[in-house]
Amino acid sequence: MNTSPIPNSELPAPSPKPFLWSVKREIWENKSIYIAPLIVSGVILLGALISAGHLPQRRQAAMMLDEAHRSIAIELPYNIAAGMIVITAFIVGLFYCLDALYGERRERSILFWKSLPVSDVTTVLSKMSIPVLVLPPIVFVVVVVTQFLMLLISSAVLMPSGLASTSWANFNLLQQSVISFYSLIIIALWHAPIYGWALLMSGIARRATFLWAVMPPLALAAFEKITFNTSYVWSLVKNRLLGAGDAAFDLHHTISIDSLSQLTPGRFFATPGLWIGLVFAAAFVIGAIRLRRYRGPL
Amino acid sequence: MTTIEAHGLRKVYGTKVALDNVLLRVDQGRILGIIGPNGAGKTTALNAILGLTAYQGELKVLGRDPWAERDQLMRDVSFIADVAVLPRWIRVSDLLDYVAGVHPKFDRAKAETFLAKTEINHASKVRQLSKGMIAQLHLAIVMAIDAKLLVLDEPTLGLDILYRKQFYDSLLNDYFDGERTIIVTTHQVEEVQDVLTDLMFINHGRIVLECSMEQFESRYVELMVHPDHVAGARSLKPINERQLFGRSIMLFDQVDRPQLAAMGDVRTPSIADLFVAMMGNSAVTDHQSQVREAK
Repeated sequence: MNTSPIPNSELPAPSPKPFLWSVKREIWENKSIYIAPLIVSGVILLGALISAGHLPQRRQAAMMLDEAHRSIAIELPYNIAAGMIVITAFIVGLFYCLDALYGERRERSILFWKSLPVSDVTTVLSKMSIPVLVLPPIVFVVVVVTQFLMLLISSAVLMPSGLASTSWANFNLLQQSVISFYSLIIIALWHAPIYGWALLMSGIARRATFLWAVMPPLALAAFEKITFNTSYVWSLVKNRLLGAGDAAFDLHHTISIDSLSQLTPGRFFATPGLWIGLVFAAAFVIGAIRLRRYRGPL
Repeated sequence: MTTIEAHGLRKVYGTKVALDNVLLRVDQGRILGIIGPNGAGKTTALNAILGLTAYQGELKVLGRDPWAERDQLMRDVSFIADVAVLPRWIRVSDLLDYVAGVHPKFDRAKAETFLAKTEINHASKVRQLSKGMIAQLHLAIVMAIDAKLLVLDEPTLGLDILYRKQFYDSLLNDYFDGERTIIVTTHQVEEVQDVLTDLMFINHGRIVLECSMEQFESRYVELMVHPDHVAGARSLKPINERQLFGRSIMLFDQVDRPQLAAMGDVRTPSIADLFVAMMGNSAVTDHQSQVREAK
């Protein structure tokens, strides 16, 4: 044998990857990041199976409509499915952030995490990356797979009546995947300040992080309404929660999005609200990093 | 080489002075025990050393400013702050993966060797382990890190005696090599007496005693006084006197040992005896000064 094994000590030590491992660690701790969207997907598919018996009649009725309404009627369940999964992911991301810097202080494990050569910057950024970078691709895969399985269910059910192809014709999965992908990027960027705020509050609060996050905007809105009888704060909050689509899609002619020409990324990225939001998100994250440095176990 | 150097180290919480102008120097290769009553400033001092708290004054640990460079410093410093700070939700194997992933000086094979001697199952979650097993797991991780300084803050609190004994045995036999520096705080003073090379008492944020164990042994003498010599022994100004089975036991600081031996049985006191003597006295003087202030 002329191949001598290389002694362990001569192997170069693998260079540490604190960010990567910190993200992994967050996913280990918060399995709901992928389990919750999967459960919602399962419920949707179960519902699709249960209601499959009525599908042939409904589809025949839909085929009577003019092309635009038919398309909307057939697409609707797929869009509802996507919407439910996206909303679930938002709730999961929000509650994840509310616990991210609070849980480790409450269970005192912050003393262990801080005994390792991982900076507060790396830790907080890894936590912020969960709702903004990790959740969207998970949601994307779950949405596309769910819609694909829904198509399969409807095809199987409609096969005898010869209407199987109408699902595929009216719900173009490939095109809808592109729309989903785009939407998820838009939503993640638009909601970034909400997640940053939740992260900041989870670093500040000694208990009841949800109240800490929700009360200030609510109190401010109530104060404004009572004092000035205006509701700018409230519309600001509403716009931040639900307004991502206003600039990102062209919805002037229809309520549904079934053409790629309706995507208006140029307009979205030119919206001042996006950039103002991102500046706030950055400020909240910087604040959270400082808190992580100063705060110890509760 | 100096591992830790502090000048005028000071920390104030509101109106409470936790550390009051502490001057500290710990050399490489020492095992320093920091002993003090609750709230004396031990944990604050350790937190400052570990970069967990901001402070006033000058502090260098391994040549670095801990508050500014905690993450860099932690490549060469390990600590067990309190028992059971390992995250309860994590799986043992994931924990090892994580530490291996972020720590350049973690030797996973070594950690596995230590764990093989325990009953800890890699598939278990930390919450499923007993308190003693969690301490073993944490120690296995810490001992597999090639650090220059190890800080232990009450590492055996609440563990049963078998685990506590094992803990210090492993530390001395498998970890300490004369090059590393270890700092330990504990209330279980008797367990570390034979482990330490240096001793420090801290009270009200101040260092009240600092000596090597050799100095400790030559400086302090405990005398069980023969009833005939009680008055004579008292004239030598013991720092503490207590009664045991009707006999006086006196503690002397820097008094000639043969001279004392003539008056009864002499022995080296335990750290606990000296601690009680010194802290008891200060508690009494504190009380007296408070009474005086009240008047």
